[in-house]
Order: sequence, then structure tokens, then C-alpha cells
Amino acid sequence: MKTLPSVDVVIIGGGWTGLLMAKELGSRTSLSVVVLERGGSRKVSDYMSDMDELDYAIHHRMMQNFSKEAFTIRHTTANRAYPIRQLGNFLPGTGVGGAGEHWSGLCKRFAPNCFEMFSKTIERYGAKKLPEDHAIQDWGITYDDLEPYYAHAERLLGTSGQAGNLRGKRIEGGNIFEGPRSTDFPTPANKVPYFSSLFRDATKSLGYHPYPNPSATISTLYTNQDGVTRPACTYCGFCTAYGCMIGAKAQPTTILLPVIQGHKNVSIRTGASVRRILHQGSPMNGRARGVTYVDASGEEVFQPAALVFLASFILNNSRLLLLSGIGEPYNPATGKGTLGRNLTHQVIVPSAMLFFDKPLNRFMGTGSVGISIDDFDADNFDHTNVPFLRGGILRALSDTGLPIRTFGIVPQSVKGKWGADWKKAGIYHYDRTASINFIGEHMAYKGNYMDLDPTYKDHLGDPLMRMTIDWRDNEREMVKFATEKAVDIGRAMGAKEFTPYSGLRHYEGTRYQSTQIRGGTIMGTSPELSVVNTYLQHWRASNLFVLGGSTIPQGDSIGPTLTLLALTLRTADAVVNRYLKKPEALM
Amino acid sequence: MMRRRHFLNLSVSAVGGILVYSVDRKASHLFAEDKTLHFPLRFFNEIEALIVAAAVSRIFPSDDSGPGAKEAGVVVFIDRQLAGPYGRDAHRYTEPPFEDGPPEFGYQGKANPREIYREGLQKLKGFEYLAAAEQDSALKEIESSLFFSLLRQHTIEGMFSDPIHGGNVDMVGWQMIGFPGPRMSYSDDVDTHFGEAFRPKPASLQQITGISVRPSEDEK
Repeated sequence: MKTLPSVDVVIIGGGWTGLLMAKELGSRTSLSVVVLERGGSRKVSDYMSDMDELDYAIHHRMMQNFSKEAFTIRHTTANRAYPIRQLGNFLPGTGVGGAGEHWSGLCKRFAPNCFEMFSKTIERYGAKKLPEDHAIQDWGITYDDLEPYYAHAERLLGTSGQAGNLRGKRIEGGNIFEGPRSTDFPTPANKVPYFSSLFRDATKSLGYHPYPNPSATISTLYTNQDGVTRPACTYCGFCTAYGCMIGAKAQPTTILLPVIQGHKNVSIRTGASVRRILHQGSPMNGRARGVTYVDASGEEVFQPAALVFLASFILNNSRLLLLSGIGEPYNPATGKGTLGRNLTHQVIVPSAMLFFDKPLNRFMGTGSVGISIDDFDADNFDHTNVPFLRGGILRALSDTGLPIRTFGIVPQSVKGKWGADWKKAGIYHYDRTASINFIGEHMAYKGNYMDLDPTYKDHLGDPLMRMTIDWRDNEREMVKFATEKAVDIGRAMGAKEFTPYSGLRHYEGTRYQSTQIRGGTIMGTSPELSVVNTYLQHWRASNLFVLGGSTIPQGDSIGPTLTLLALTLRTADAVVNRYLKKPEALM
Repeated sequence: MMRRRHFLNLSVSAVGGILVYSVDRKASHLFAEDKTLHFPLRFFNEIEALIVAAAVSRIFPSDDSGPGAKEAGVVVFIDRQLAGPYGRDAHRYTEPPFEDGPPEFGYQGKANPREIYREGLQKLKGFEYLAAAEQDSALKEIESSLFFSLLRQHTIEGMFSDPIHGGNVDMVGWQMIGFPGPRMSYSDDVDTHFGEAFRPKPASLQQITGISVRPSEDEK
């Protein structure tokens, strides 16, 4: 194995958090920084011609190639695991920008009580209300700790929206359940498409509090604090699974890459598949020495570094630590160990498919523009008399109009799934149908975790990551509750027929929910219960930081992208202002 | 070894002329001269192509409600998909062991789409000669098979994907349902036309961008 000259910093993964850290270190220090990205390079002009549903949304052109590396899945430790053989429940990206290139742009802050889910639940309902095998815990930081970084991240992205709580003052029309924000959104809320407007009017008439989704597909021309200018979104509808053709959607390649390319001390190596983090000392107390990777030519090389940031796809963060023997693997039988624990996802279902008698023109919109209500999210309503905890958002998006995925969704009264009658109904309903979606929180449980699969391997011969995950009654009851609310709203919207969601049974590896899986290297206040501290610094190796969705202790409803950027900015501050002066554990 | 080149030959008059659809979905028949359309095939042999063409025409028939798989060229679309990376599972995890699992974890088999089609078509021998009602009964027999679910999915893809992939010829699928295809901007329209059909004339990706796009089926 070839050994390369040592660098100050290695960042594993060129997605949102890895590139944001590279930008911060490049701008604020003179450290030599190398970003290792397994996929290829990208530039904004790549997306001039990607508005092709078949190759992008169906064949997943921007995603990880599962023929080389996949994941395995089982519901409980009593079962064997099977490979998820084709992309399904989540879509890891590959290439510079990672999954941040093909995201939908939903850009919302977490509700304040998400950060203190455990203690706030006990405080309001007592410990008895918690599910028996839950594993939820407080983050160790609060909304107030993160608020300045949320504001910073929103300015970077130019997030569009309408404030619902400005410095403690509640504002109707915004999300009145949001935490107090120190600054307004950098750009005004987006335009509201027809289907979303029906949802807004109906929820208002029912006494709920509709608000426009905070969105990274921005409403006006905007220049951020780094001098990056982006045009206003044109509502073309090609966001989720696509890169933005005009750069209106905030993506790592539009807002981070141009700044990084201006820094001579930062370089990005593409085609670099990291295999191990080398370290000295014991698994429980050591130091990272650098990383080994297979480069684009197939040669394995060692890149020594003084400081390592692990910022790969969520599950791969845990996988690399397990393969490298850093930290203590979680054991669900004893509850001991931390690495791989608290695997969570989101609870996303089409709560009610609505069939109207008028056209919706729903090919116009974006992956994030639309109207939501948080009246049933988080702990925004009293759960004393319902058989579950926490909740989720009900939402009416408008970008669901691309025909391959939506043609043929017809009311239950139409029998058959092919032939003349189905076709006729499909033509009629194609632009008269849309769904109210539920996006719920996924609690952490002792039995939902990840480890290395004993059977299946990737193309380099390393074990795949195995997910052990299933729904509990808390999620099933939550979905049932939300479905009833969604049908009521659909009726108020004037829908003629409904297909309510049939109910959650077992976790599916085939049904796409979101790419925002979470956990495995969670943050917390003690090394017994978490892998990293609240600065995302590894408890067992102080020169190793872990960034991204793997550090989130339990599943939020909205999706964590903005929160992950805020956490990365907080870590960057701690590293630049404190760690570099005194390289030891940050407390 | 070079594969013998196969062509799909379809008589225009045999399918009753070409249906032409205007934007408001009024169908009119254009009775072309009796000529034969000649498609080079990449994966199917001619008999397989005729069976697939007949089957997808029952899944998505040509009738009073609009054009179908025949006019959209769905069989050409499927032929290209199977010949390309998708057909040989270039993006699916295909390491053993292969064992059947719960449905929540998806297809666990070894066979790739090409093999699934070849096996499925064995059960439809002579299908192209059957009357429509008999064809429907034959498809009902295999309705729960993986082959049929692929055939149905690929029919929808061939009806509504960008014409660059060989289906949706002249954007007949998009015209029929009122989907305009990719467009650079709806800035002036997204919050108007409430309750009314807004139906811009469909255009393909190549027409919109002027860029020659390489579809995935043409990649190695």
C-alpha cells in the first residue's frame, strides 16, 4: 500500500456536511484539507438536461450503485436478514454533493422539544407513557444552543419561508409552533400552487394553522454571505431525484463547491472509496492516524492526517467505525455498547389519496413548496387520551405530477389495474389526484439498530451494513390518527373520493419514504449512551469527528438537513476556535 | 458471434391507421397508405416482439379514450430497456445467497429482467394470434407473476417517458393526459389557472434544452 504525504485534515465524504466543513476550514484556516468522495465530480451545468423522469426518478441515475454495495435488512434479531437488492426505502447519493444534490429542499428547523424529547415527555406525561422498549434520549444541546447556527445555515441556503415566531412574537400565517427565531427567513415564502392552496384554505377553516413550507428552492434571486448568487425557482417540478437545472435549489455544488474551489488549501479527490480509519491505541481510547482508500485507479493508498472528519452516508458512518474497530458495538441483548444504536427513519405515508373532479395542474411546483400544518406534530397537542406519543406534519406538496410514478392511481371503485377501464380512469384521474402526506417522528427503540452483516459483502469484500428495524404500535397508532385527520381535511378540500392509507404493518425495504435515515453514531452527554459528544467529537478518539444524520438520537418529523448543517457549523466553530488551539476533548 | 438482426414489422393498415390526437384530446384517424413500419430490434427476436406488442396493447389498449401502447411504441421502449444496463441488472445487488424473503424486502431472485422476460414469454406462445378476449384471459392467468408486474410497469414507462427512450412516440402519452413534459419555467403560471386545465403544448427534453441527451439504455 502506497503512503501519501500527510495532510492536516481528511474529510470522508463530499456531501452536505463534508463539503460544508471543507468550506469552513478552507475559509477560516490555512490547514491542508483533503475531501475523499467515492463518486465522481459534478458541476452545475451537468443538470441542464436531467429533466427525464425515467433515468433520474425511476433508474436513479444520481444514486449509489447497489450492484457494488447495498444494505441488508431484517425486522428483529430473531430473523435472518435479506439484502435490499435495489434502491428502495432510501436513496443514498454518490458523487460530489452526495444526496444533497437530489434532495427536495425541505428546510425546516426542529421543534424545540425535539432536542429534549425524553425529559419533556416525562415532565408532561410521566415515564409510564413511554413505550417499554424505547431508547429515546435528550441530545445534550437545546434549540437555543443551535438557534444562531440555524440562522447562519438559512442565510447560506437563502431559505424561503414565512416566520411564525420572530423573537418570541407569534405571527399568524407562519408556523406558530416553531421555536423563536432571531432573524426572519432570508427570502419570502414561495408561490402557492393550487392543490396546496386548497389544503391551506381547508385547514384554516378547520381551525388549524397552515404555513408555507420553508424551502431551499428559493422564491427570489438571492446572494448569500459567501457571495454566491442563485436565481429564483421556476417551479419546473424536477427537484426530488434531480439536480436543479438552474441552480435555484440550494445544493452542495451550487452553494459550497464554488467557494471551496477558491481555496488553494482544499482539494477534493473523487473516485476514492474509504475502507478504514487507521488509529493507534485501543478501541476505547485512541487517536485516528488517517484513512485508507481505494483510489480511482483501483490502488489502495494510506492518507495520513492529523484530524479526521467522518461525513459519509448515514449508515456508512457506523459501518466505517465498525470495520475500523473504533468504539464499542451496540449489543441489543445487553443494551451495552453504543455504535450502531438508535437506528431510526421517518414515518412517511400518503395519509389520504384525494380524487377531485377538477384539474389540479400539479406538474407545476417543487419538491418542497406547499403548505403544511404542525398542529399534530411533536408534542404540539395533548397526548393524554391518545395511544401514542409525539406526532408529525400533514402536508400538501405539489410536485407529484410526473406521470410514470403517478399514472394509474385511481379510486377504489375502479376495478382492475390494467385494460380499457383502468386506462380510461387513469386518464381522467391523472391530473385530478393528489395526496395529503403525513411525515411523522420515528422514536428510537432498543431493538432497532445496525451492525455488520455476517453473510453479504460489497464488491471489495467488506461486509454490508445490516439494519434491524421494525415499526412499533406507537408509529402504527400515530399513522391511524393522522389518516383520520387527513380524510377530514380532504373532505373540506372538496375531494370527491378518498383512499385512506391502509395502515402501517411492518417496515418495508421497498417503499421509498425519505433518504433521511438516522442514528448509529448518536450524540449525547456521556460515552455510555452515545458515540460522539455534542460537538460531534468521538468520545474515544478526540481527533475524530462524525458529521451528519448518524448523530441524530431519534427520528424527527421534518427531515434533518438544515439541522445537520447547523450542527456542522457549530462543530466548525468549536474546532476553529478551541480544538485547533488545544487539541483535546471538547467539553 | 454476431446476433442475427431482428426487425419488428408492423403493418399500418393492420392496426387501423394511425390515431392522431390534438391537444384537446379529440381523436382523428389518419389513414396512411398501406405501408410497413420496420423497427430494428436490440433484444427481442421478431416473434417475442410481436407477443410483447400484443400484450402491452391489452394492458394499455388503443380505444375511444385515447391512443395506447401500440401508437406509443411501447414494445420498442421495452426492447431498448432490456438490451441496456437495466436489462442485465447493472444496478441491482446480485450477490448470493438468493433466498425468498418477506414481501417487505422486495424481489430476492437471481434472474435479471431479460431472463424474467424470456421465461415469461414462454408461457405466452401463440399469444399474438389470439382474439382480444382470449388475450385478456391469458394475461389474467399470469397477472400475479413478477413477469406481468414488470410488463405493466414497463408499459406505463413506455407510455409516459421522454420520447428519447423510444416510447411515447410524438408524445402521444403526454398529450393524452395533459402532461406538458419538461419545461424551463412555470413562474407565471404556478399560482394561477386555479380549477382550470392549464395545458401547454408538450415538448421533449431535447426540444426544450437543445441538448443531445444520452439515455441510460445507450450506456455500456
